Amino acid sequence: MKYIDPHIHMISRTTDDYQRMAQAGCVAVTEPAFWAGFDRSSAKGFFDYFRHLTEQEPRRAADYGIQHFCWICINAKESEDVGLSREVIQLIPEFLDKPNVLGVGEIGLNKNSRNELAIFEEQVAVAAEYGQLILVHTPHLEDKLKGTRLIMDAVERNGKIDPGRVLIDHVEEHTIKLVLDRGFWAGMTLYPETKCTPQRAADIIETYGSERIWINSAGDWGPSDPLAVPKCQIEMKRRGHADATISKISFDNPMTFLGQCAKFRIDG
Amino acid sequence: MSSTCPMSCKQTIDAYFMEHRAKLLDIAAFLDRIDRSAAEASEPEDFRMAAFREALGVLSESEPHRAKRVLEVFSDPSNNPIESAAGMKGAYGACAG
Ligand SMILES: [Zn+2]
Repeated sequence: MKYIDPHIHMISRTTDDYQRMAQAGCVAVTEPAFWAGFDRSSAKGFFDYFRHLTEQEPRRAADYGIQHFCWICINAKESEDVGLSREVIQLIPEFLDKPNVLGVGEIGLNKNSRNELAIFEEQVAVAAEYGQLILVHTPHLEDKLKGTRLIMDAVERNGKIDPGRVLIDHVEEHTIKLVLDRGFWAGMTLYPETKCTPQRAADIIETYGSERIWINSAGDWGPSDPLAVPKCQIEMKRRGHADATISKISFDNPMTFLGQCAKFRIDG
Repeated sequence: MSSTCPMSCKQTIDAYFMEHRAKLLDIAAFLDRIDRSAAEASEPEDFRMAAFREALGVLSESEPHRAKRVLEVFSDPSNNPIESAAGMKGAYGACAG
């Protein structure tokens, strides 16, 4: 069954992964800008990273018949440094014009600090000014519930953002309803240890429905699984869910949300 | 809770019992392992394990949404941003309070 992985950091993955994803039915990926596992020393490091996401990675994906799109921002884990963050924010507008850039992301919070929140709000303002979609990273573990609330409050405070153009990612059982009830889209990340398993994702869909929800692998340089989306498809099939429901959360819903950006289209 | 899982109760148990039986034994063995490991006599219980034991209580309740309530037990209940995240990157899995 064909699918889109709307959140995966292919820069950290091998070409073998592209091949296995293509074999499993992946037709497109979207790659948010994130933390590389260590802090960059200057805005120049981000400039090169953004070139990698907009020039190099789409070519690598195309070799396996996978379309590559991306999101540009300063991530939450490096936004405690407000000075560096503001230099990186200055770089964002020129990259928003690139043909594979879908919006601003993954912006968000990590430890729910004042500086993280200030830089998040400044990037929400950039998205509002340039009419961009937003992809949001919510904090991990004990910080997720509080961070998700702070994030939604901040987006609403901006006043110019339609929540239907914001996807709040890494939701779990305690945050999904809060996100959907306020009109945002919700992403479930299938991560072996710290987020959600394919089984729990299927449970969440059975409990909260399949509207405004997508699933992703968030595959990166840590323990993660680039085939998590097809594994969740198999889990839902095993339980007897209709193909239409499985396709909705793994292909149709990403098409609907991402299709709000005119640059997103699937060939063929 | 309404029946939104297409499998019957029997099918669900047939499909998942062995896997979750094994996970339950992992938890039991983990708690035994902690008992066998040396602790300072005066050491208060680690905040993570206090939350863990509270979460175990949620599992034996009969109300639905147990996964949500377990996650809430492990969550920071405060509302205001912290002053600084300097030097802090990771998370602990439970709230130190
Ligand atoms: Zn990510």
